[in-house]
Amino acid sequence: MAENYNTSVLSDIPAQEEKQYSYLNLGPTHPATHGIFQNVLKMDGEIIMDATPTIGYIHRAFEKLAERRPFYQITPITDRMNYCSSPINNMGWHMTMEKLLKLEIPKRVQYLRIIIMELARISDHIICNTIIGQDVGATTGFLYLFQYRERIYEIYEEICGARLTTNIGRIGGLERNFSDKTWEKIENWLKDFPPAFEEFSSLLERNRIFMDRTINCGPISAERALAYSFSGPNLRAAGVDYDVRVMNPYSSYEEFDFIVPVGTQGDTYDRFMVRQQEMWESVKIIKQAIEKIKKEPAHIYRADAPEYVLPPKEEVYNNMEALIYQFKNIMGETDIPKGEVYHCVEGGNGELGFYLISDGGRTPYRLHFRRPCFIFYQAYPEMIKGRMLSDAIITMSSMNVIAGELDS
Amino acid sequence: MEQTATEDRIVSVIRENFPSEVISVESPYDFLTVNLKAGKIIEIIKFLYEKEKYQYLTTLCGIHYPENKTIQVMYQLHKLTENKRIRLKIALPEEKPTVPTLTTVFPAANWMERETYDFFGVIFEGHPNLIRILNVEEMSIFPMRKEYPLEDQTREDKNNDMFGR
Repeated sequence: MAENYNTSVLSDIPAQEEKQYSYLNLGPTHPATHGIFQNVLKMDGEIIMDATPTIGYIHRAFEKLAERRPFYQITPITDRMNYCSSPINNMGWHMTMEKLLKLEIPKRVQYLRIIIMELARISDHIICNTIIGQDVGATTGFLYLFQYRERIYEIYEEICGARLTTNIGRIGGLERNFSDKTWEKIENWLKDFPPAFEEFSSLLERNRIFMDRTINCGPISAERALAYSFSGPNLRAAGVDYDVRVMNPYSSYEEFDFIVPVGTQGDTYDRFMVRQQEMWESVKIIKQAIEKIKKEPAHIYRADAPEYVLPPKEEVYNNMEALIYQFKNIMGETDIPKGEVYHCVEGGNGELGFYLISDGGRTPYRLHFRRPCFIFYQAYPEMIKGRMLSDAIITMSSMNVIAGELDS
Repeated sequence: MEQTATEDRIVSVIRENFPSEVISVESPYDFLTVNLKAGKIIEIIKFLYEKEKYQYLTTLCGIHYPENKTIQVMYQLHKLTENKRIRLKIALPEEKPTVPTLTTVFPAANWMERETYDFFGVIFEGHPNLIRILNVEEMSIFPMRKEYPLEDQTREDKNNDMFGR
């Protein structure tokens, strides 16, 4: 295995004289890395002495692409960042634009968005947690809970027609109202998911083998986590209660009653448990949102700002005014204010930020994505140093490193 | 109102401790932004870290302004205890953008600075490993600079007056 490594990557690992180390390529296409990124591990037997991560294998230049795309065409780009929870990315982008345009979003739309975002968070955490189980050898939970993730995708499909890269919602609202079928699917899902999730939890949460395997595996202290600008579940597992939904509420999160779970050790088990608990909280939030929506007028699903919001397609085909607005929006004839906006949402992995500079043109002058994965993944070598190779695998899966978000 | 008062306090604290470093202060969309001279940026961030508890580096990125021949570097800090955010900006000359590294204060700046180097060619002096991170090592340009257009400029079938930038 030592012959084939890429020497340029290893240039900063000094050669040792008295001891013979072996070098192991973990990735770029190893099934346990859940994405395309490489780690060159310097091994002493089965102990990891050092790691050099190489990223960028699926870099698609989103920030550059965004500089030539009209604002409404940037939503599909955001899909492809954290593709396990694309609706949160989409909503984050819409809210950034709404902040720039100073659009007032009706309460019902905000609640609908919260339902979508929390479903996305659950589907993101399902992937992460079941895969931790998968990587320690408990495949059952993975296959079992994936049925419910599949049903979340069916709900997306009902709302926007797509499953993975959703492009859900529009600037100023949603593209269409939730159908009766959607509500039915959400209700059914809410009925069926908790018992199944309960069963999944009982498989792993207090499982002796699982606990022995994950407790004290890849820990990071709160100080180091903050120094590395961790956010989201990984930071909360280390014991810092920073949640963007609470700290800088958006989309009316301040009206909701939920707990921000925190861990103490920042190890794999804590990260797993924080995500488990967050899924319960998300279910709670969805239920509250449904109750709140019942009090709002049922026909509202977008803001009343025709200059900026794309009109529904049936109106475009049948109504001259809507056609004019559609044309103006698409051709970039609307006035976009100049300005500099930073908006962040709590993505599946933490603070997902959009830093947008608009110079009044039809595309952004500069758009920078604060991608939580990219920032916390640099702590990975520190977290696995001195540990076993098998620990490195589950540490990576518990950090939920998503290659799309890593490489933008 | 209170928000503004404390924000001004931070600015005046910076002004007091680093006289003649602040160029201008603005607050676009209620986000305190301070334009600074490039010289003492790391000292200022270190000061904010130690004395004012801005201990979370949210993000760091570059912005290219070809008409001023400058590359700006934007630092965004967050004080988690009081939930205050501040954005610091410095402008560097386009031909030789050089600034000391922030990795001495925040280890998180490591990859962010590598990314900024990769895309804008900003040299962070003292950085432990300033190599390209997302692009291939053989690349000779800094692709996020505005002189590298995304589309083939020799195309004749597309009218830019109609379709914007």
